[in-house]
Amino acid sequence: MWDYSETVKEHFYNPRNAGVAEEANATGDVGSLSCGDALRLTLKVNPETEIIEDAGFQTFGCGSAIASSSALTEIIKGMTLDDALNVSNQDIADYLEGLPPEKMHCSVMGREALQAAVADYRGEEWADDHEEGALICKCFAVDAVLIEDTIRANNLKTVEDVAHYTKAGGGCASCHEGIEEILTKVLEEKGEKFDPTADTVPDVESSPATLVAGASGMTNLQRIRKIEAVIESLRPQLQADNGDVELVDVMGDTIYVNMTGACNGCQMASMTLGGIQQRLIEELGSFVKVLPATEMPKSAAGV
Amino acid sequence: MMKGIYLDNNATTMVDPAIVEEMMPYFTEQFGNPSSMHEFGNKVGFAIKKARKQVQALLGAEHDSEIIFTSCGTESDSTAILSALKAQPERNEIITTVVEHPAVLTLCEQLEKEGYKVHYLKVDTKGQLDLSEYRKLLSDRVAIVSVMWANNETGTIFPAIEMADMASKAGVMFHTDAVQAVGKIPMDLKSSKIDMLSISGHKLHAPKGIGVLYLRRGVRYRPLLRGGHQERGRRAGTENTASIVGLGKAAELALEHMEYENVTVAAMRDRLQEGIMDSVPYSFVTGDPDNRLPNTCNIAFEYIEGEAILMLLNKQGIAASSGSACTSGSLEPSHVMRAMDIPYTAAHGSIRFSLSRYNTMEEIEKVIEAVPPIMVQLRKLSPYWDGDRPVDEPEKAFAPTYA
Ligand SMILES: Cc1ncc(COP(=O)(O)O)c(C=O)c1O
Ligand code: FES
Repeated sequence: MWDYSETVKEHFYNPRNAGVAEEANATGDVGSLSCGDALRLTLKVNPETEIIEDAGFQTFGCGSAIASSSALTEIIKGMTLDDALNVSNQDIADYLEGLPPEKMHCSVMGREALQAAVADYRGEEWADDHEEGALICKCFAVDAVLIEDTIRANNLKTVEDVAHYTKAGGGCASCHEGIEEILTKVLEEKGEKFDPTADTVPDVESSPATLVAGASGMTNLQRIRKIEAVIESLRPQLQADNGDVELVDVMGDTIYVNMTGACNGCQMASMTLGGIQQRLIEELGSFVKVLPATEMPKSAAGV
Repeated sequence: MMKGIYLDNNATTMVDPAIVEEMMPYFTEQFGNPSSMHEFGNKVGFAIKKARKQVQALLGAEHDSEIIFTSCGTESDSTAILSALKAQPERNEIITTVVEHPAVLTLCEQLEKEGYKVHYLKVDTKGQLDLSEYRKLLSDRVAIVSVMWANNETGTIFPAIEMADMASKAGVMFHTDAVQAVGKIPMDLKSSKIDMLSISGHKLHAPKGIGVLYLRRGVRYRPLLRGGHQERGRRAGTENTASIVGLGKAAELALEHMEYENVTVAAMRDRLQEGIMDSVPYSFVTGDPDNRLPNTCNIAFEYIEGEAILMLLNKQGIAASSGSACTSGSLEPSHVMRAMDIPYTAAHGSIRFSLSRYNTMEEIEKVIEAVPPIMVQLRKLSPYWDGDRPVDEPEKAFAPTYA
């Protein structure tokens, strides 16, 4: 049995807004190949105010798919279309007090149905841009497609790299074989061989030319203030995407941050981490590594 | 919650109280190591010997030394297949089927990565094999055939005896994963050509974590675990004595109840199937009802999803299992359902009911009562459903964008 929260169970046993919304004027049909779940979301939108006056769902799917659909309809009723579009899959999961990692895609499906329904209402084409693969890392709910894409985009070479960029593999480590297989495959396409002893891509040691901490003449305190300021300046942009970032600790060249909101665990998290790292390197004039706080040494040693 | 109704015996079974009783002394006063020279060990050695004979009797094996105790069904499967490959390095092909348990399939996938050629026999819509396809694949390049005796999801029985004969004629080793079959199908291995056979204790009311590999005398063999001389050096590691004793007793009881299983349990299963099929439209039995384990029936309920069904059954204290992807957290519905070409909209809603001799007709009637309203309730939520029937042309009426 899955470890479903009481809220998930409650929404499953007593789904809200099941069936087609009356006088619906928008429909979104989406499915997730994984799990074979499929969802039809119907909305009754007030044409004057663009407020969602009613929402209904029909779901072919498991307990959490039904609960996610139910939660979604409850969340968006009374919202304007624009506000509803800001509802992230994490919001749906939060509303349900969490979903098991294997089931996060149920909340993604809910969000996609909403986008599809809004597109339908506005007479737009909705194209799904999100592809799902087999779940590789259960600790951080990362699938094969994301790992593969991230390896390609960033020329990653090692399991450690993958953990830095996607979090996958950074927890209990039981998914390392799976990650190695993906690395082997992707590297083979480029005519390279996976080498488990290779240096990690963004590593300081591997590129002696990079500067060490304090090389730019700052005191430690100045440096940390600077890091804070840079991170602060990046927040509005992240908040616009329903995310946020917070500085947790600085240990030498490694900066630990907490990604919160939509970006936590989402597909963009790695990109954002990479982006933050890039900005910090530029601003500090020295090499730093930005890692999620979940990777702080205590966990590295413990598991 | 009322006392639960357990219809998931293909997943695992309750340990028979008589078996627990038999095992208890081997945790306490009979704790000795059977290999030891003193009295503490000696008695335990005799208990293992007895268990070996009990298993021998259930299988109809010629010698008790053909019984090797292992830690589980999975270990027996791995040992058999890897042994055949090690013992015959000149042969690099394996024949198996697409519907095997992961204990065999996942190993075969790994062996493919290591360079072995694996032939996966396909099944038809009833889950049966094409023996002429099989015959063509048998050659002196094949190190081992590994074909399950009965399928865990549908209960479909494969012609293991006949397939072993065919392998033997072609000079190919034959292994069968009989984890689901042992104790439900009468066996007489000495009159068969089966070379190796896997058992798992917890499927026949013995504890979890004990298994057997039957190894016909004279079959070339290479151990998986080397070490001490336990199991005549064929499976090193100090014996799990209490569980071995438990499995021995379980084998004895299974033999005693063979007829009960095939008459009374089968009758309960048939009643369950009939009761559900009569009252739930758009459902069908999967697998091969004419060649099926007496305790299993697998029913696909169209347009709804299995995990949701299980959760509602569970709420009423009824335990079963499903071939839906969601229950396993995998990407696809059960590979067995897919292999039989069952459409996705039905494969996800397939439910396996597996009984045991501890079920009663009264329980079955309760389940027959409980199932139909659950299907009505879930179909109400289904985009493929309208009122009391599927929407017209369901696949067209609801064709979501798939991610
Ligand atoms: C057909 C089959 N083979 C192998 C196994 C694995 O047995 P065990 O759990 O003892 O490793 C099972 C049960 O899970 C099974 O049904
Ligand atoms: S499963 Fe990937 S780190 Fe635990």
